[in-house]
Amino acid sequence: MTTLSEKLSESWHRRWGIAGWISTTDHKRIGLRYLYTGFVFLILAGIEALIIRTQLAGANLNVVTAEAYNQLFSMHGLTMMFLAATPVLSGFGNYFMPLMVGARDMAFPRLNAFGYWVFLGAGLFLNSAFLIGQAPNAGWFNYVPLSDATFSPGLNIEFYTLGIIFIGISNTTGAINFLVTAFKLRAPGMSLNRIPIFVWGEVAFALTIIFALPPLTVANLFLFLERRFGFHFFDVAAGGDPVLWQHLFWIFGHPEVYLVVLPAFGLVSAIVPTFTRQRMIGYTYIVLAEVGVALISFGVWVHHMFAVGLPDIALGFVSAASFMVVIPSAVQVFAWIGTSIAGRPKLGTPLLFVYGFIVLFVVGGLTGAMLGAVPFDQATTDTYFVVAHFHYVLAGGAVFPMFGGLYYWGPKMTGRIMSETWGKISFWLMFGGFNLAFFPMHIAGLLGQPRRTYTYDTGLGWDTPNLWSTIGSFILALGILITVINWFWSRRHGPVAGNDPWGGETLEWATTSPPPVYNFLTVPEIRSREPMWDQPELHDGYQSPEMGGRPLTGGHLTLATSSLDAAPQAKVHMPHDSIWPFLVVLAIVVFLYGIVFTAPMVVGVGVGGIFGSVIGWFFPRGETQEL
Amino acid sequence: MTAESPPVNSLPDVTSGPRSYAWWGMVWLILTESALFAMLIFSYFYLRFREPTWPPDGIDLPALMLPLIMGVILWSSSIPVHLAARGIKAGSQTRLRWGLLIGFILGTAFLILQLFIEYPQTWQEFTPQTNAYGSLFYTITGFHGFHVFIGLSISLWVQVRAWGGAFSAQRHVGVQSFALYWHFVDVAWLFILLTLYISPYL
Repeated sequence: MTTLSEKLSESWHRRWGIAGWISTTDHKRIGLRYLYTGFVFLILAGIEALIIRTQLAGANLNVVTAEAYNQLFSMHGLTMMFLAATPVLSGFGNYFMPLMVGARDMAFPRLNAFGYWVFLGAGLFLNSAFLIGQAPNAGWFNYVPLSDATFSPGLNIEFYTLGIIFIGISNTTGAINFLVTAFKLRAPGMSLNRIPIFVWGEVAFALTIIFALPPLTVANLFLFLERRFGFHFFDVAAGGDPVLWQHLFWIFGHPEVYLVVLPAFGLVSAIVPTFTRQRMIGYTYIVLAEVGVALISFGVWVHHMFAVGLPDIALGFVSAASFMVVIPSAVQVFAWIGTSIAGRPKLGTPLLFVYGFIVLFVVGGLTGAMLGAVPFDQATTDTYFVVAHFHYVLAGGAVFPMFGGLYYWGPKMTGRIMSETWGKISFWLMFGGFNLAFFPMHIAGLLGQPRRTYTYDTGLGWDTPNLWSTIGSFILALGILITVINWFWSRRHGPVAGNDPWGGETLEWATTSPPPVYNFLTVPEIRSREPMWDQPELHDGYQSPEMGGRPLTGGHLTLATSSLDAAPQAKVHMPHDSIWPFLVVLAIVVFLYGIVFTAPMVVGVGVGGIFGSVIGWFFPRGETQEL
Repeated sequence: MTAESPPVNSLPDVTSGPRSYAWWGMVWLILTESALFAMLIFSYFYLRFREPTWPPDGIDLPALMLPLIMGVILWSSSIPVHLAARGIKAGSQTRLRWGLLIGFILGTAFLILQLFIEYPQTWQEFTPQTNAYGSLFYTITGFHGFHVFIGLSISLWVQVRAWGGAFSAQRHVGVQSFALYWHFVDVAWLFILLTLYISPYL
């Protein structure tokens, strides 16, 4: 075994230093990077939220100007959706999908690195707009005509359109990578019905991105051309239609809100069996429900437009489709509850976050069913009731599992267990603070408080719920802060985790914590849906050749298998580290700033840089690459 | 499963077609790109059905001859590209190289016709700034032209490698992926032709 690890380390050597850091293609380093960056943006969005809540703490306050307020709530939404929730869930996927399917890396390692740099570039690009005081300010869904050149003459919306198209590239490359990894690089024996549910969650997430991102890209391309070059897509006088923006945005936007919860559902389905010592009940139904939610999400976008004035028949269909989402969602909730009842739950911090998530998600689901009814929706459109609803579904549905995932997989990533005591304190502060912050918003909304209002008069009955919300938001922030401190403290001082601190059932627990660059000494052969519970020979990332383990030495290799049965098909020679993905992104960022500030020279440098670095990336080097 | 699994050393180092993960990467890319074109076409019809007459503002119905010729050129370029991919599968470097080259020339001809014959003609009648019809016309055809350009760039890359002898009867998934992409760009033109040029007559 020692010689085996030496041989593998030779083929999979890790380069250190700045060059090594920039050019790495190791899915674990990239995954961690996604997580760290995503959480930094999450905290940034949190700070924006706290400023918003401070402004709304009482009537007629003047903490920030109305313009600053518009930028803050727009960037809060954009950041949470595109720069925090999606990347953090991609980060978990990046780190754990190859481990869970027994592969040595993602299918396209350099594309993976590229996706991260694009995400970072787009995040910095969007936030850099604050430096000139012109961050996007027309809300996260950026309706025209408010966002057209007449009503938003500044550079704010330029940052929005270009930034969003840019980050779409990151999501798309990431999605292709997840899909190909999940369907081509699984360990032998991991047939479709043995794929861990978390991997299915990432597959549903990726499928949704493949088909949902294009309408957003098209909408932003149209808006950019209209603003910058006088094209007409949304301008009624010249044959355009502002409602086209709404359609395109929500054809993307509704799948987007589900694609944030789909991998979070998968994460929950990873935590529940481990902490209840019970195989997941209803595996097939959960998988079908995951994919079902992804499919239905494409048929319900019009429920964001119930108050626009569309034909009744359309509203009726979409309302019915919206109610249908309840079914696959409830299937999963019942499966988690059923598994907990059948098993012996051990209430560790990860499971606490899961149960907190279930409560919040069900509350959000109930208000969702209310909003699915057209008359109710028309009465509450654009009020705080909607704000309350989507925070329960999204923050409850995605952020709580994300924190659960941090406590669950943190030990695997850092090698040390996070403090349980502080984890529980953090959970209760977050859970209590969350409900205190968002439940009163239902009431404020029913009392008529419109969303996005910058301030309000006293005497409308809004003062008390808003004050509670503000207090709650600070408690929630304190809870998050405790987990952040816990993470950094524990990764130095926490108890050593060992390979498998929780007795988990999937493959990531078979290897060391943190795993070596090559993940597993031998590519394992799988004979069960819960390999760690049924195949005791798996330990330290090693499975003896007699039991089916494949050392696969002699190069930068992983194993390609067939999509359905995971029968071995070929050795895959993985590409080595490369600095080019980083340089391509650098050139794209230069190009984008050139466009925003209308600087033809800078645009030229950017385009030249893109061409040069793409050529550098693909320049034939005679390496053992398949292409 | 264990018994019949071949030992690692007997597994091939290269694969092609659906057995190759690179081929699947291209399939997913094409699917997401198809959604992009679908959304452009959706937008076209969405704005079209708001207008009593189409094309609006007295713009003539689109001329059909040139786009049809362009279509024939582009579609026929799929044949040599297909033969190139088939050729290398049978180990023929000659068929690979010449097929790619002919496909490249036809694709370039398409772009030249679009940029230097079609656009100057239509530009005299309407520009993207004229109205929504003009914006849709140039955005959608331009977007497709950009894809032809990308396809030609990939072709160039594959050709450089083909002349360097990088491909063989076993190792040719790069050619296959390019061929897939090229066929996709060609099929996209069929939908654009039907939408932008033929549907206004209906």
